[in-house]
Amino acid sequence: MIGLIGRKTGMTQVFDDTGKLIPVTVIEFTPNVVVGKKSADKDGYSAVLVGLEDQKKQRLNKAYLGQFPEGIAPKRILRELRDFEKDVNVGDSLGVDVLGGLRFVDCTAISKGKGFQGVMKRWNMHGGRASHGSKFHREPGSTGQRTYPHKTFKNMKLPGRMGREQVTVQNLKVVRVDVESSCILIRGAVPGPRDCQVLVRGAVKKSS
Amino acid sequence: MNLIQKIQAPQLKPGAENFKVGDTIKVHFKIIEGKTERVQIYEGLCIAMKNAGLGRTFMVRKNSYGVGVERVFPMNSPRVEKVEVVKAGRVRRAKLYYIRTKIGKAAKIKELLPTRKVEAKAAVAKA
Repeated sequence: MIGLIGRKTGMTQVFDDTGKLIPVTVIEFTPNVVVGKKSADKDGYSAVLVGLEDQKKQRLNKAYLGQFPEGIAPKRILRELRDFEKDVNVGDSLGVDVLGGLRFVDCTAISKGKGFQGVMKRWNMHGGRASHGSKFHREPGSTGQRTYPHKTFKNMKLPGRMGREQVTVQNLKVVRVDVESSCILIRGAVPGPRDCQVLVRGAVKKSS
Repeated sequence: MNLIQKIQAPQLKPGAENFKVGDTIKVHFKIIEGKTERVQIYEGLCIAMKNAGLGRTFMVRKNSYGVGVERVFPMNSPRVEKVEVVKAGRVRRAKLYYIRTKIGKAAKIKELLPTRKVEAKAAVAKA
């Protein structure tokens, strides 16, 4: 896997070679600093621990600070990137050029919270008829019947809190990798609000 | 300038809007057929403009063999080579959708003739 952590800046449009307007999401990257490495022999899996955005020492606890080797300023965001394909050393600073050769990416982020929603929005149920005497409009329908099964099964699709969960969108096309302004343009939408943390990595289901 | 504006800036065509709603215009539109490229001219009345930053568009209506045809062009599109103003029109609204229901003389737009002030200015500029 090749990946980086960035922040979603917002959406805009760009013209392609044929003059078509393409909707794109802009994701900006600050240097991802390699804080540590994990190997298959020692830890059971290989990973690269990256951190970004400096944080004052007094705002962090000792346990957290202990993860940073000497000479590396403490970071606010810490994340493991499993099976990192590029050879890196502790202390290296990874920029957008890491994503250079990718044509398709997967994006992972925490989606926007939607609040308490009904079943039609939350689970895409169809609802009932609006007119002709129908009294069944946006309800979930029956949930447990009478003698059998005589209970409501677990994980029944019902109204509730929606959104604000980890979402991955796969196979998003990379329109442009801009090393100069340290950002990447991805075709289409990416989960999450503006300024949210996004993990961008090479598409798992496409060979680039 | 924020990052989004920085991305949009090189794509904007600053002199693209050299006409107004109500003008009869000729749009020189590049058409790419396989490898060859040619320019098609589409002439008609500009009946609307929609402002949406980089994606702003204008709508051109013409009568083609008795059938009304409307085309929407992106203002900043690299495929719009240039826009020529054939005749400036005198209109009092921003969207001329009413023209769709009119035929013949009622669908005509009065020509905008330059006022004395504008003429004098042009003369000064020439001299």
